[in-house]
Amino acid sequence: MATPVRTEPVSAVQVGIGWLGLRRLRRHYLLAIGGSIVAVVVLLTLLAGIVAPYSPTQAVGERLAPPGPGHWMGTDQLRRDVLSRVLHGGRVPLAVAALSTVISLGAGALLGWISGFWGGALDRVLCLVMDAMYSFPALVLAIVVVAMLGPGMLNMVVAIGIVYIPTYFRLARSQTLEVRAMEHVEASKALGASRLRTLFLHVAPLTVPALLAVTSFTVADAILTEAALAFLGFGLPPPTPDWGFDIQNGQKFLQAGHWWLVAFPGAFIILVSVGFGMLGEGLNDLLDPRRRHLR
Amino acid sequence: MGRYIAARIALMVPVLLILVTVMFVILRIMPGDPVLAVLGGRNVSPEVIEEYRRRLGLDRPLTVQYVEYLGQIVRGDFGVSMRSGRPVLQELMERFPATLELAVAGMGVAFVLGLAGGMLAATRADRAADHAMRLANVGLFAMPIFWFGLMLQMVFSVELRWLPVGGRLDPVSQALFEPITGFYVLDALLQRDWATLGLALRHLVLPAITLGVVLSGLVGRLSRTRLLEVLRADYIRTARAKGVDERRVLWGHALRNAMIPIITVVGMQFALLVAGAVLTETVFTWPGVGRYLLTSIEYRDFPAIQGTVVFIALFISLVNLLVDLTYPIIDPRVRF
Repeated sequence: MATPVRTEPVSAVQVGIGWLGLRRLRRHYLLAIGGSIVAVVVLLTLLAGIVAPYSPTQAVGERLAPPGPGHWMGTDQLRRDVLSRVLHGGRVPLAVAALSTVISLGAGALLGWISGFWGGALDRVLCLVMDAMYSFPALVLAIVVVAMLGPGMLNMVVAIGIVYIPTYFRLARSQTLEVRAMEHVEASKALGASRLRTLFLHVAPLTVPALLAVTSFTVADAILTEAALAFLGFGLPPPTPDWGFDIQNGQKFLQAGHWWLVAFPGAFIILVSVGFGMLGEGLNDLLDPRRRHLR
Repeated sequence: MGRYIAARIALMVPVLLILVTVMFVILRIMPGDPVLAVLGGRNVSPEVIEEYRRRLGLDRPLTVQYVEYLGQIVRGDFGVSMRSGRPVLQELMERFPATLELAVAGMGVAFVLGLAGGMLAATRADRAADHAMRLANVGLFAMPIFWFGLMLQMVFSVELRWLPVGGRLDPVSQALFEPITGFYVLDALLQRDWATLGLALRHLVLPAITLGVVLSGLVGRLSRTRLLEVLRADYIRTARAKGVDERRVLWGHALRNAMIPIITVVGMQFALLVAGAVLTETVFTWPGVGRYLLTSIEYRDFPAIQGTVVFIALFISLVNLLVDLTYPIIDPRVRF
């Protein structure tokens, strides 16, 4: 039975919404909200030097003052302004998340393309290795890698970069298998193009949108993993502000009721990973409208 | 059934082999000398480094080390802790019940909350309750578990003083209590020690909620999707047409059929639970395997680090096996 076509009168308001592109905005509200949150937090973090009222590392107030005028998020045990530390504290997590995502996306996509395109024994071995890695807790893997490399920002980048390789590998591989069966790939082979040329010119580019859509989720995940690593003491040495590390520091004062040292850095972690999560959902909807209601 | 289990265990071997090999690569071959990492930051003479290297057997060729490492694992020999001088496996087995108790309790919380939320969202699809649940899921996905634990601690232990801040028992009871299995709740029940049972439960509440709530987002999201699919099935319409009570339709017919994929995916995500347990144990000073790993790293106890990682890998493989074996219980159509 054919679906009846719905004809409804179009109101002026609806026309206005359409004209302003607001309808598109409403349809992609996740993308808009997530994108705005991410943009604001990234901007605040980048401009922390200008926006923050005080230096993140210098004593400026009383010791452990609760939130109030002058210090909206209170001060810590070294008389530093928590708001200023929170604003500066996003630099390390965001940089680590971005750089580690570049590593895992690059390595995972490359291995996934090759594995999916070449197939055979190489594919089977790579799949087994990646599945084994995937089944292991990412955080524990990252902890062990950092423990072996030693604490520090670059080592956190490497550790987190490694643990998310399987995520991209699996996606790149499954996408490659899909694209490989398409006619234009057949045509490219028939025209005598080399396998490398076919893979990188005709297969790989078509898998990129799906990979990019996942990136937003893994960035959110990487921020949480970085926070956990910093919380456990594998991050940068003090006094560098870092959300995860500042929470660990604040933990000592929680029992005495000084909640603001822990609450605010955590709120920012949640804010930014919610932002990336929503951005990811929105991107998914945008790239694949069919999946919209299945999620 | 027996043949299936045997085949399934045989299948575990290559995965485990790869997992322990990946660990070997990380621990021995990656840039960064384990000995230097272990002794790093201290002023040590080359002789000390050589001695350490020799004691750990790291002075031999990598292939020899690898074969020996595999041999040790097969024999169940996890080496000797450098800190305590005791076998690593023995130390792990002492701490494992604590982690398992926490994991089981956390899983329980996650399933109760997740299924309730998923049910609520699925039966009111696209209405306010549904949107609220989805919003909550986004928040849960983004929440650092250690932060959530600290917040619960602050409210319920520090401010309200309802529940203990951490540990499995208070120091006095801990000293007097003689565990049998290491699962304190079970032990207290076995010994009919009601005071200790109460204490053990009170200590378990916050860690279990911390772990469970963060994971409940996953369960909730999955159960919503699966329930929505199942509720469209013909047999649900049949059940309703027969006049079966709606509650029975939901809990008996729909939920039972939705459970398999939920359990599968949650089982596959068991790694998340372990990662969460490491952080939860840290926040609540819960003396489990996660704390053991972190303490071993802190004391640069290389055999203990390696042993713990292999132990976790074994444990996860075993859980995956168990998840597979629960299918026929939930779905009678599945026969091995």
